[in-house]
This record gives sequence, C-alpha cells and structure tokens, in this order.
Amino acid sequence: MEKSNEKRAQGALKRISGPVVTAVGLDAHMYDVVRVGNEELMGEVIKIQGENVIIQVYEDTAGIRPGEPVSNTGLSLAVELGPGLLTSIYDGIQRPLEVLVDKMGNFIERGVSAPGLSHEKKWGFVPTVKAGDEVKAGDVLGTVQETNIVHKVMVPPRSKGGKVKKIAAGGFTVDETVCTLEDGTEIAMLQRWPVRVPRPVKEKLNPDVPLITGQRILDGLFPIAKGGTAAIPGPFGSGKTVTQQQLAKWSDAEIVVYIGCGERGNEMTEVLTEFPALEDPQTGKPLMERTVLIANTSNMPVAAREASVYTGITIAEYFRDMGYDVSLMADSTSRWAEAMREISSRLEEMPGEEGYPAYLAARLSEFYERAGRVVSLNGEGGSVSVIGAVSPPGGDFSEPVTQNTLRIVKVFWALDAKLSQRRHFPAINWLNSYSLYLDSLSEWYDKEVSPEWNPLRAWAMGVLQKEAELQEIVQLVGSDALPDEEQVTIEVARMIREIFLQQNAYDAVDTFCPMSKQYAMMNAIKHYADLARTAQAGGATPQQVIGVRSKNELPQIKFIKDYEPELEKIMKQMESEFDAMRTV
Amino acid sequence: MKEYRTVAQIAGPLVFVEKTEPVGYSELVNIVTADGTVKRGQVLDTSDDVVVVQVFETTAGIGRDSGIRFTGETIKMPVGKDMLGRILSGGGKPIDGGPEIVPEKRLEITGAAINPYARSSPEDFIQTGISTIDGTNTLVRGQKLPIFSASGLPHNDVALQIARQAKVPGSTEEFAVVFAAMGITREEANYFMADFEKTGALERSVVFLNLADDPAVERTITPRLALTTAEYLAFELGYHVLVILTDMTNYCEALRQIGAAREEVPGRRGYPGYMYTDLAGIYERAGIIKGVKGSVTQIPILTMPGDDITHPIPDLTGYITEGQIVVNRDLHRKGIYPPINVLPSLSRLMNLGIGKGHTREDHKKVSDQLYAAYAEGNDLRGLVAIVGKDALSERDRMFLEFADLFEDRFVRQGLYEDRSIEETLDLSWELLATLPEEQLVRIDRELIQKYHPKYRKKAQG
Repeated sequence: MEKSNEKRAQGALKRISGPVVTAVGLDAHMYDVVRVGNEELMGEVIKIQGENVIIQVYEDTAGIRPGEPVSNTGLSLAVELGPGLLTSIYDGIQRPLEVLVDKMGNFIERGVSAPGLSHEKKWGFVPTVKAGDEVKAGDVLGTVQETNIVHKVMVPPRSKGGKVKKIAAGGFTVDETVCTLEDGTEIAMLQRWPVRVPRPVKEKLNPDVPLITGQRILDGLFPIAKGGTAAIPGPFGSGKTVTQQQLAKWSDAEIVVYIGCGERGNEMTEVLTEFPALEDPQTGKPLMERTVLIANTSNMPVAAREASVYTGITIAEYFRDMGYDVSLMADSTSRWAEAMREISSRLEEMPGEEGYPAYLAARLSEFYERAGRVVSLNGEGGSVSVIGAVSPPGGDFSEPVTQNTLRIVKVFWALDAKLSQRRHFPAINWLNSYSLYLDSLSEWYDKEVSPEWNPLRAWAMGVLQKEAELQEIVQLVGSDALPDEEQVTIEVARMIREIFLQQNAYDAVDTFCPMSKQYAMMNAIKHYADLARTAQAGGATPQQVIGVRSKNELPQIKFIKDYEPELEKIMKQMESEFDAMRTV
Repeated sequence: MKEYRTVAQIAGPLVFVEKTEPVGYSELVNIVTADGTVKRGQVLDTSDDVVVVQVFETTAGIGRDSGIRFTGETIKMPVGKDMLGRILSGGGKPIDGGPEIVPEKRLEITGAAINPYARSSPEDFIQTGISTIDGTNTLVRGQKLPIFSASGLPHNDVALQIARQAKVPGSTEEFAVVFAAMGITREEANYFMADFEKTGALERSVVFLNLADDPAVERTITPRLALTTAEYLAFELGYHVLVILTDMTNYCEALRQIGAAREEVPGRRGYPGYMYTDLAGIYERAGIIKGVKGSVTQIPILTMPGDDITHPIPDLTGYITEGQIVVNRDLHRKGIYPPINVLPSLSRLMNLGIGKGHTREDHKKVSDQLYAAYAEGNDLRGLVAIVGKDALSERDRMFLEFADLFEDRFVRQGLYEDRSIEETLDLSWELLATLPEEQLVRIDRELIQKYHPKYRKKAQG
C-alpha cells in the first residue's frame, strides 16, 4: 500500500495475443500491476506458469513486439479514495475521462496515465478529533465539504491507530498529512485500496429499510432493501438501462455509483448531460453532486471492463464506511461476465457452461456479497445496495449469467419484451418478479406508509394473479363468456396495470412517485373495486360498472403534482355515479 | 525491408511464420508469392517462436517458398477529400478506373474509442420521410440504428429510401454517404449503385465493395475502412455522414471462419466469444463530438438467419446499437411496403430528438398511444382466429380495426413518398380519432384538445 512507484523488476515480452500478453524474467505475484512495452501500458498479472507471467493489458496492444520490456510496480490494482470522487467520471481503471480529454483529445489513445483524484486541489479540512484523542482504524478524523455531501476523512482500515499527536484545520491536498499519531504515523486524506479486496466492516446487519425509488412497481410490489441486492435481467430494448437510470436518479440513497460496463457511449453521454441538470428530490441539489460515474463503453479495452465493477464497488464501500447509504448500479453485469470469458479464452482455460470460465459463479457471488447494511469500523451504520442489470442472450433467462445471478440476489425484476413492445413501462413482469425482502420490510411499510398498505399490496397481487388465470380462459372463449363478477376483475386488473404499474419516466411529475401517492392511487383503485362489488350485489350489470366515467379520469392523477384535490373530486364523482346506479 | 522465407504452416486464411525478428501485434504484412503477386495480411499472434498472420485475400498461391515482409506498422487507411464520389474495393483500392486516392492523412483503421466525456448527446432529428421511423422509431444524428431483416425482404429498398430522403429539417446540408458492402452479390451492389447514380447521391458518397466472391477475410476490414473514412469526413472535414453497412451477417460469418481456423474455443453457435467486443468496435464508431462540426450516423443492415431475432448476430447487435428497425415477413406478404413491424422496433435515442423544439410537443405521447393501441389490436387478431369477431366486445372490435387501419395507412407508403413529420403526426391523430377519446389514456387532456381532429375542426370552424 506504500505510495512508491519505483519499479522492482524488469522482464521482457515473449508473446502478444490481443489483450493477453506473456512476459518472461519477471518477478511477479498474482494481480500485481505491471507496465507493458515501451509505451508502459497498464496491465495486471493474471496467471503465473513457471517462467511465464501472463498479463491482461488494459489498453490496446497493437504494434507491441516481443522483446519489449515489462516492469512490475509491485502494487495490486487499487483505487484512490478521498475528496474529489463525487461528480467524477472514470474509465474502468479510475482514470478521470475529463482529464484524459485534456491529455489526449477526443479519442482514447493509449499509454496515458492519470490519477483518480486531483493531487493539486486543496480541500478545507475540519478536524473532529483533537490532539491526545485515541483513534483506531476506520475512525473519522475530520470532514471536508466535498459537494453538498460531507466527506469524512477516516483512519485507513489497515492502520494500527494510536494517540493523535497533531491535527489541525486548514486547506490540504489529498497527499498532505492532516494528522500525525504519537508513533509518528502520518495520515493523509488519500487512501489507496486494492479493488479486488472488500473493505473490512465491524458487522453486517439484516436489511429492514426499503430503498425508496419512486417507481411504483418497485416500491409498491417488489421492494429492495437498503443494503440489498437486485437483478434486472431482460432482452435488449426491454428497458434495462432506463430502469437503472431511474434508480440512479430517484433512489433515496445518499451516494450513487453508476457503472456503465461495456455499454453504449451515447448512453453514458446522456447520463452525463442529464444528471447535472436534474434535482435530487430529497435535497434539491443537482443529482451529479452525489454521483460517481464509471464509464467503460463496449469498445474500450476489455480488461478494463473486467476491472470496472471492482473499481465501482470499492468506491461504494468507501462511502458506506463514512456512514452513507450507497446504491450501486452495474449496467451490465453480462458484459462483465463476457469480459471474463474473453480473457479466459485467451488464456486457453478449460471453459465451463457456454464458454464462460468455471469461476463465473464464484466471481458473481463474491461481487454481490460486497453489498449489505453494515456497522462500519467506526461504528456508523451504512449500506451498499447493488442493482445489477443482466443482458441474457436472446432474452433467455436460462443462460449461465442470469442463473448464477439469481442464485445470489434477493430481488428479481424480470423485464419483459412483450410489455415493452406495447409500451408498458417500466416493462417489469409482475408475475415473474419477486422480492424476498417483503417480510423484513413489512414493519417499515406498516409504520411509515399505512397499516393498510401490506394488505392492499396483497390484494393487488391477488387481482393480477387472478387476471392471468382468467386471461387463459378469455383466450379460449372470449371475454363475454366470463361470469359478471370476473369481467369486473379483469377491468380492475387493467386499472392496476395501466394506472399503477405503468409509469412514464419522461414525464416531469410521473417520473418520481412518492410512497404516499402510491398508496393513494392503489387505494383509489381498491375503492372502485369495492364499490363495483357492492353495486353488482345490488344488481348492476358489468357494463354499467365498467362504464363508470369518472374512473377514466384516474390515469390523469399520475401527471399532477398536487393530486389530492383532483383525486378527491374524482372519487366523489365515482361515488355519486355508483349511487345513481342504485337509485335507477 | 527484410523478407522471410520461413513459412511453417498454412491453414485456411492463416499463415504461420517462424524464426522472425520481433514482430509487432496487429502489424500489416505483405506476402509475395512465387509469381510476384503481393497479398496483404495482419499479425494475429506474435511471439519469439512463431508469428500467426491472417491473410485478407485467398491463400491460393501461398506456399513455403513465399516471401513474408513485415511492414512494421499497423494497417492504415489513406484518406482525403477527393474520396467522395469514388468506388473502392473491400480492401480500400480504387476499382472505378480512377486514379489512386491522394492521401491527406493515413489513419489507423481500428479507430480509438471516443471518450464518453468528449461526446455530445445526439438530439438532431433526422427526417427520413418514413412514418414508421420518424413517427414511432425516430432516428437522430449520431445514432446507430440497424435494420434487422431476413432473406427475401426489401431491406435494401428501405435503406436506399432512407439514404435518399434523410435530412435534418431546417438544415440545407446534405448527408455524405459512406456505403460498405460486405459479401453481397454483384446484382445487389448494382442496385445500390444505380440508385446512387440516379439520385446524384454518388457524388457525395464513398463506396466500398466487398462482393460475394471476394475473399471472406477481407470483409473483416471493410467496415473498418469505411468507418475510418466516415470519421475523417465527419470529424476533420465537418460533414454529416450516413454510414450504411450491409450485410453485417456476412461480416460475422467471416469472423467465425477465422475463429475456427485459429482453433479458438467457440461461443454461441460457433461464433467467437469476443464477437460482442468486436462488433462494438464497429458500431460504437458513431456519434457526435463536443465542439466538432460533423457527425457519424450508422445504419447497419443484417439478415437474421431463419428470421430469428435471438440468433447471436441480431442479439449482440441489438445490445450494442441504439435500437433496431425490424423488417417483417408477414407485413411483406400482405403487400405492405415498407414492411416495418413497429412492435419489436425501437429507437433508444428517440426521446432526445423529439418533442418541443425538435419535432412537435405531442410526438412522444402520440407515439406511445399508437404503439399501445396497435399492440392491443394485434393481440386480438389471435383471439379472433379462435373465437370469431362476434365474440369480441365493442371496445375490442375498435382496437382490432385500428390495427388494420394502422398497417394500411400509417405503415404503408410509397417507395418515393417522403412524408414530413407534421404529415406523419397528423395522420396519427386521424387514425387515433377512430378510437373513443377516453381510450387515449397515454395522452394528456391538453394535447388531445389541441391536436385531436374533433377539436381542431371546431377551432378552425
């Protein structure tokens, strides 16, 4: 973990085959970072075989020849952690893309390195401990106002700690010592942490608070807990990326880490232009101020794509250790798995299922296991929630990445191409999706939303389930052949789908729906269902009940910010319409 | 330049050369056969013992007596302004009888990735004059939007109609067209060329032709040559460039062929495991750069083997490109041109290029409503086949009729019919007006009152 960049050993290249190269005469350990060739391209040792050291290179290797030098830095692949992370946009190995534009223009050329954090910028440091205080690993020494987020400067996790000898307020760069301990240890704001190693915590807790996302089908039907894990698998065009972006925008986490792993360049640009303009519904500040973006697009080097998810989760863990709730979106974990496959095949490893390496399942579970609600070393409570998009080939969920992911994650949001084709968005299939957090979160919903919420949710799920069964019959005999009561059930299910489940991400109001509004909307639908049932018992026909005009006004509620008066008006009309049915 | 005569093995398109001095990865190689012909290749794997060279042309004539020259540099493409109006081979050599290209620059054909930070968000609406694209799957400048087709369908007509009609309303600049043919027949190529000549588009086009009987391996560099040219025209000369790549399926077949020759571990259906990354290296070369004038818009065409959209080629393409336009056999059989099925079609960048300031404020919601209504009507067709029309409710019957109307009026148009976006949207309203107003749940009241024909007539009358 020392800062020295001094080269310990020199070797020579023996073979180059795409992003995988072989060196000889190099004294190396697994996952050491090495510099390859005359241009000193960055690489990482991934296999040692006798004399041969096999290296994955994070940059394009065209033109590199056997015989060129290879040097070992003796360090493992690590990220720089400290003030300056927020609002940054990095590639897969934490090079700031903005700096790269300055250094090498509009295209990503190779052989340029750039530190993850600015080493010149001075940050205002305010100590929270004083000389003589005893501090241990993970303890907060002071704070820096980074954006609207307070960045807590901590004793590095592997430090022994001790008594503070000297600490002072002032402007410091990330390299300058802000605190000296009695034993002479100097602590700067900058920490380096190897990306493949989880940061230590005191304790992992069970998740019992939902991550509120403002998306009705997620919060309402299939919630994820803070510190939980979720997967969004779906074929292309079913809305994975939009859903991920909605979560990044609106989830009530304090910090968002968004990893664009092997995805489209234009999409990352969209995030980049949109986030600074959007307001955080909680704080009113630009969303970008709480966001770290990692963009390793599909045509950027494949080895850096492999590293990008580790870079992202390490940054997420760092903010978690400060006591923040962090949500991490990885779009898409399938591209990450493919990067593993590509490198594995260059290594000529024995392939597992569909050519993926045999360690695919282990890598996926190691990654998702880094999520969680924890007590950090300094006693603060924080969490990392991980939401991974999966892009199954041909939309086939039985493929290895989807299957291995589902064995680990607790929430499954199944995207459905059929729904997106009819512009039912978010195109999450309500029958196939599930959340295993329902039980642990039910208490929260009781307390924070309404004691009626949990039964209401169960009722809605029941109606949707019933609809699916009835649709099978309708497919055979037509809807007129259904009993009266069931015809109304179908109508109520349609209302749940069109009013509650469909949500317009591009509408200024509907894009974020608070829990209280979700409750009001669902309650209104239930109220209609109840009135309909009573009316039918009193002899009303399905046509009469379905023909109630005021219910056609309900969808408009979605687009109104202060919806209460309008909703009340509609419900009054509805009641009088039903009353009229009785008197006729 | 040193010439080696140490060929150890020749297998398919690969030549293995031994006992060389250090050779760079990806380097360009010239191979001189006994009769003096020079063939070109590229280094695929290099080590102290053996260098693997992939030959772009046929290996016929190459033997152990052939001379191998390593050029010491990676493949570069000579580019210049006078390329417009020229026809080149799939390997970049002029084949129109004209002079050699006078190079103003020589550029790497692999092309570096655009730094996402340097990209500017695409948002200029391109009017293609085709309702199913403009209205429901809008193309914007800097987008990559493939056409998913299948054998026997008129995808070439659709691509040509786009190339002919594409314009940015309010701008007089015409698109420069870079056309790369990979493994298509002479007949198809002639069809494209004839249309380019007829419309005068050839003058502002650069054409790369790798035909069906040209070497398959050459196909793997054709799109890269085309895109290098496009990037030069766009980002250095400031043109707005439309790149048409056809047929990407042939490109992928060539990739598989090389993978098999190298005895690589195959991925799905025998295609190499790195096909996603490889295709991304092509498709991602589209976009706009901040502060730079031009743009690259890509329309790759691919034929889905067996009409199967889950086949690895369309599948991986769909995961990289920003949507897809799906050409459909059933519509074609019904005699509808262009037979674009909007349901599986998608444009991911649509929302950036439509609405107030781009097209019209009602565009997004009208499009959603068209989709929802057509999907519903289309589903009912299955039901009608079983229970008959009479068993449908009044509401369902209206949606069923809407689906027919939609195909007949909205989807169907002439090969030379160039509809403006206003015409497309007004036509949409006309069709939506056949449904009861309360069924238009995707559109808010205000827009309905502004654009619904019922109210518009009132306002005018």
